[in-house]
Amino acid sequence: MSLAKTDPQLLRYGVWTRLLHWLVAISFVLLVLSGLPFFHPFFWSLTGLFGGPTMTRILHPWIGLFLSLLFVLMAIRFFKESLFKRHDVQWLKQIDDVLTNRDEKLPPVGKNNAGQKLVFWVMLLCIPLLLITGVLMWQPLVGEEVPITLRRLASVSHAYLAFLAIITLIIHIYSGIWVKGSFQAMVRGRVSKAWARHHHDLWYEEEMEKERKHREISRRHASRRGESP
Amino acid sequence: MRGEQVNLQNIIARSATTVPSPQERTGGIDPVTKLIDVSRCIGCKACQVACAEWNDLRDEVGNNVGEYDNPLDLTPNTWQVMRFDEYENEQGNLEWLIRKDNCMHCADPGCLEACPAPGAIVQYANGIVDFNSEHCIGCGYCVTGCPFDVPRISEVDGKSYKCTLCSDRVFHGLEPACVKSCPTGSIMFGTRDDMLDLAETRTNFLKRRGFDNAGVYNPEGVDGTHVIYVLQHADKPGIYSALPENPSISPMVSAWKGVTKPLASAAIGLAALTGFLHYATAGPKEHGEDDEQAVRDDEARQREREAREERDEREGRP
Repeated sequence: MSLAKTDPQLLRYGVWTRLLHWLVAISFVLLVLSGLPFFHPFFWSLTGLFGGPTMTRILHPWIGLFLSLLFVLMAIRFFKESLFKRHDVQWLKQIDDVLTNRDEKLPPVGKNNAGQKLVFWVMLLCIPLLLITGVLMWQPLVGEEVPITLRRLASVSHAYLAFLAIITLIIHIYSGIWVKGSFQAMVRGRVSKAWARHHHDLWYEEEMEKERKHREISRRHASRRGESP
Repeated sequence: MRGEQVNLQNIIARSATTVPSPQERTGGIDPVTKLIDVSRCIGCKACQVACAEWNDLRDEVGNNVGEYDNPLDLTPNTWQVMRFDEYENEQGNLEWLIRKDNCMHCADPGCLEACPAPGAIVQYANGIVDFNSEHCIGCGYCVTGCPFDVPRISEVDGKSYKCTLCSDRVFHGLEPACVKSCPTGSIMFGTRDDMLDLAETRTNFLKRRGFDNAGVYNPEGVDGTHVIYVLQHADKPGIYSALPENPSISPMVSAWKGVTKPLASAAIGLAALTGFLHYATAGPKEHGEDDEQAVRDDEARQREREAREERDEREGRP
């Protein structure tokens, strides 16, 4: 058993967060697979995954709508913990140390590191814009009614926003593979204290403080019960 | 063209295709052109009827809204429409300008450039730009790409339709149905050179008749079109029901479909590869035994402190 899996004590992602994340993640991957064929013919064979080219064209916007609705809920959930702090800026300046695993040199990290926060903000920028531009070019529901210049603008924007989102997604997935234990954290919700201390030390301290207070209050209750009879 | 490609011509361009299209035949196919001489049109709409007849199209019967245009616009089953304009010229006289509006068969077709479905739009050696409906997925990108607002998406089958320049007739040596039906010789058809020649002759004739600005509409912005107009007022194409002055593929469409996309596709692949190589060189990011030990120490300290506090409480010390 690797260290990452031992002693999973701290709750990192609650059940609703996990459900939302994975529904969004699955929709996102389906959107990438069904959208790339229209991005470049090199990816045309991916339409085979969705029951053919026309079916891919029909399905793609509906998956996008589904993702957008869930993303709203997820964005609300992640908003506060994604606000940038001063130490996040320092973390980004030391991206070299991050990438070469010189973790001992890194500034303190809260519940999310600056990379995770960037993923949030890039997606918060991309997904609403992808939704709007996507709706503007949606055939046959909307497309025909939209003025041609707007439709052209929507088409070109949709393509390059999607590119940005896909690159972000690749970095995000890779980080989950690279940082041992983080994939497990999103699957099972819990992490070990040692994992938390190493990767998110400020969050670890917060959690320890909470735990301490929790025990203190329980003890007070216990001793009061002990005195009363 | 109906069904799969059956003609025996080279293909100049094919939508969403990055490898060469069939082009081994070198016998020499003459590019064709349809010449629409607006000055000779009497607005009888025989061409509209012939188009519907040959192509087996029957549009819904619409309503008369007090205009000669009928139907008012191109539709999935009206591939050409006569557009009527009342124009008051410099002398204060009324001119009735009647323009047969249909696909211009651009040499540089915006629809083909925008289309994401391989082979749904093809450009044959004779210059005809044809939709292959079986490969059409109904995304509407051709509409987005077209500088002339020609393709229309069907509500019945979700596919895009437009004038084929009767590619089926032309492959078999016949002229398009509209040409055959025209009683005044307003619509002519032949090799590109012949038609450009004829267009010039007609332009000169019109100039002699007092139309100083008569000219040929064969816009450079799309590398010329295989449907050309002779206009009495070629300096003002806009008066012919908003015929675009200087049409070209929109820069937004070029940016959308240009060289950046293969580059972006490569970047996506490279991003994934970079991740893998990073893992193979830098290795995973893991916590170590020192973190485990530090947590155990933290916990021991914490237990010690709590035990002390508890002891203090029991003994009544503050």
